[in-house]
Amino acid sequence: MSQEQPKKVRSEFIYFAWRNVKLRIGVSILLAFVLFSIIGPFLAKHDPLEYVGPMGAPPSREYWFGTTTFGQDVFSQFAHGTRSTLLVGLLGGSIGTLVGILVGLIAGYRGGLVDEFLNMITNIILIIPTLAVLIIIAAYLSVRGIFMQSVFIGLTAWPWAARAIRAQTFSLRVREFVDLARMTGRSSLRIVFTEIAPNMMSYLLLVFILQFGGAVLNAATLDFIGLGPTKGTSLGLIMNNAVLWAALQLGQWWWLLPPGAAIAAIVGALYITNVGLDEIFNPKLREM
Amino acid sequence: MGRYLRRKLLIYILTFFVAVTIDWMIPRFMPGDPVSLMIARIGTRPEAAEVLRGYFIKAFGLDVPLWQQYLNFWKALFQGDLGVSIWLYPQPVIRIIQRAIPYDLFLLLPAIFLSWFAGNQVGALAARARWLDNTILPLGYLLTATPYMWLAIVLAWSLGNVAGIFPIAGAYSFAIRPHLSLQFILNLLHHWFLPFMSLFLVMFGGWAIGMRNMIIYELESDYSRYLEALGIPQSLIRKYAFRNAMLPQITGLALQLGGIVAGAVATEVVFAYPGIGYIILNAVQNQDYFLLQGCFLFIIIGVLLANFLIDLVYIIVDPRTRLGMTGE
Amino acid sequence: MLQVENLTVYYKTIRGYVQALEKATFTIADGEIMGLAGESGCGKTTLGHSLIHLRPPMNYIEGRVVLDGREVPVWDMEQMQEFRYRHISLIPQYAMNALNPTRKIGKMIAELLESRGVNFDEVLPELKRRLDLVQLSHDVLKMYPIELSGGMKQRTVMVVSTLLNPSLLIADEITSALDVSTQKAVCEMLVEFRDQGFVKSTIIITHDISILYQIADSILVMYAGQLSEKAPTETIFQDPRHPYTKMLIGSLPKVGVRHQEERLLGIPGSPPRLLNPPAGCRFRERCPVAFDRCVEVPPFLEISPGHSVACWRAY
Repeated sequence: MSQEQPKKVRSEFIYFAWRNVKLRIGVSILLAFVLFSIIGPFLAKHDPLEYVGPMGAPPSREYWFGTTTFGQDVFSQFAHGTRSTLLVGLLGGSIGTLVGILVGLIAGYRGGLVDEFLNMITNIILIIPTLAVLIIIAAYLSVRGIFMQSVFIGLTAWPWAARAIRAQTFSLRVREFVDLARMTGRSSLRIVFTEIAPNMMSYLLLVFILQFGGAVLNAATLDFIGLGPTKGTSLGLIMNNAVLWAALQLGQWWWLLPPGAAIAAIVGALYITNVGLDEIFNPKLREM
Repeated sequence: MGRYLRRKLLIYILTFFVAVTIDWMIPRFMPGDPVSLMIARIGTRPEAAEVLRGYFIKAFGLDVPLWQQYLNFWKALFQGDLGVSIWLYPQPVIRIIQRAIPYDLFLLLPAIFLSWFAGNQVGALAARARWLDNTILPLGYLLTATPYMWLAIVLAWSLGNVAGIFPIAGAYSFAIRPHLSLQFILNLLHHWFLPFMSLFLVMFGGWAIGMRNMIIYELESDYSRYLEALGIPQSLIRKYAFRNAMLPQITGLALQLGGIVAGAVATEVVFAYPGIGYIILNAVQNQDYFLLQGCFLFIIIGVLLANFLIDLVYIIVDPRTRLGMTGE
Repeated sequence: MLQVENLTVYYKTIRGYVQALEKATFTIADGEIMGLAGESGCGKTTLGHSLIHLRPPMNYIEGRVVLDGREVPVWDMEQMQEFRYRHISLIPQYAMNALNPTRKIGKMIAELLESRGVNFDEVLPELKRRLDLVQLSHDVLKMYPIELSGGMKQRTVMVVSTLLNPSLLIADEITSALDVSTQKAVCEMLVEFRDQGFVKSTIIITHDISILYQIADSILVMYAGQLSEKAPTETIFQDPRHPYTKMLIGSLPKVGVRHQEERLLGIPGSPPRLLNPPAGCRFRERCPVAFDRCVEVPPFLEISPGHSVACWRAY
């Protein structure tokens, strides 16, 4: 009975995962964007920042997404921008999740004063709007790159994840398998990472997905107010330039709409994936 | 109740303390020397550069020990001295922010309250019937996944640029001088509508989904099942579920404030709406660090005030906090 | 008087039907307190709940329920409304969380009653009398559930559930969350309710057969969705006829001492899964006296007045 349990759980997971329409839609969209971010830049015929074409031209065979007011190729910017947006999401989301896991696990497992202290810090950082801090930090950086941006986004985004993971840890801490591990005299650190963390894997995946989406949105907003990477391009930066150079007033929809649409699609797909996974992990939410 | 409030207040005071410290620390501890960095960037205006160099050194007080710099920073803060703007030199930062705040309130308060109210109603409705759920839920997810700036751009482009129904920039027409008349108020509302809508719609999606999920959770809870077993009509069970589902939605309002700030900044940038967000854009473009730091502080103060108000409301609606039964 | 005939209820799952209750047939007399005992997952809660609130994923398959000579349409959610609370009531397993946390208890009771067309003010004196009976202060009515202790909430729910003098009361695992002394008090209150005429027939669902010894008039033992044995309490403890009942009684350390483990350590093996269970008597794989005949389902037969058994060895 107990031996067939893991196998049954896994096959059940695959069964429900395959049946779940939300998960299928979400993952398909995400895969499409990942694929595009890999091959898109090779499809683009022009350097994203070079002034290569006619000024402010609508989409054509040569310039698939048209050109900017200065004659840059929007498609090529879009392809490179998608790549950097996904990179920021991956990096920033990972850092945010990792810090959240670390703080949440330690606070939840240790309890007592450690928890009191970590929880206080978490609550304080939770109140301070992430974007406001990011703006201040980014403004004082003379050279801004995607990597630095991801690090800062990750380092400001962890509090809610830590809080959620702390609550989960609290409920797992009192379970019998943790008691058992404690009785065998293993160190707290090992118990946390070998007994508690694996039992939250599904939950951690959901946290990571939301952190990923949050990092994409935060990066886009930062870029959009002009605090994006000083070199290179990103989806937020394209929108920043489009709005600054009056694409709205000139009706240059090909410049304005695609980058935001891509962000909306990526974040939307992440949310749908999250809901789908949640339904699979939580039998209560499954539709019969 | 007292305990609950004291705990919250302590956290807010600490938060303010931390925020001010961050505000003070970042220019001093970031790599590079901020003063020469700023002077280099403002190099385009040589006549201002010399004035500024002296001003910066004095304002940052970099010649005194760090602890004294820190104390001076607090002292200036309590005197309402946030420095002088570079973008609108020589106006004091605090004056510029004061001018912007009414626009923020005018935009944000209706957007927050109406979206919260409408989202809760529609979300509760969605939990009632399958077909409603199947239409409202995807719509809600679509809206809440949309970045604020993109919805703003789409609205501005479609209803402003293409259809020409709404203006797409500013809080009122340049041709009009602000004064109290019906014409001006109508003009103000005309400019207000699109930024309001783009904030409203994104937030609405989030609240609707949140409420729908909370209601379903409440309807599955033990007290609902007990009442069902006793044959209590659905209307009363739903009434209880709605009321109890509202409570996490109020806490959710506090948790969402950070996101709302980001949304407001992005939306104001798109519509050149003269609130704090638009000021931040200009501060960034003009490397106006004092203005940026001032905006940061005001956002923190606004968020803390809002948090506190939400706490007060929560005490009124949730008996458990009144009785001091919960610490969080 | 409750009569149940052939009541069969399955759970619908994606893998098929879980046969949780198979052809249950028994009666409970007026004034009778019947204990319903068995391991967890044996279908006793299914039986209890199907009598008042048969909701998906429970599926009604067949059978009748008659209460005081009236047919009870357990399969019809709408028509059952009339019976719920007024004629059939429930003290749920989760009594600690059964009260709306954001309503004062008095106000909540008033709203419940009004919604069922009962005037609260007319019931109020009786409500207060019953609060006295279970030793709750009248101040409880002005409090929120969170202000009460677990035992107080339990007693409040007991009073609320029985306020309209139902003919049948189903008490589902009401003692499992309580300590031993509180358990005893709660059980005595159920007897008191019967003696006072607040309820006619009572079903006490429990996995802990020892608490039934003190208060139940009769005990119905279930195993894997099938009824095993029903008899007066004394008979069940002194002269059990079904091998499962015998093992159940034998596994008790001593009468009156509550055993901690839900699983019966004294009985080797575990109950069969109720999704496509084996035909015949479902106990036969664990049964020490099983023989060829057991591949057929033994009928639930009355072998002496008030004593029914479903076992080929017992007839």
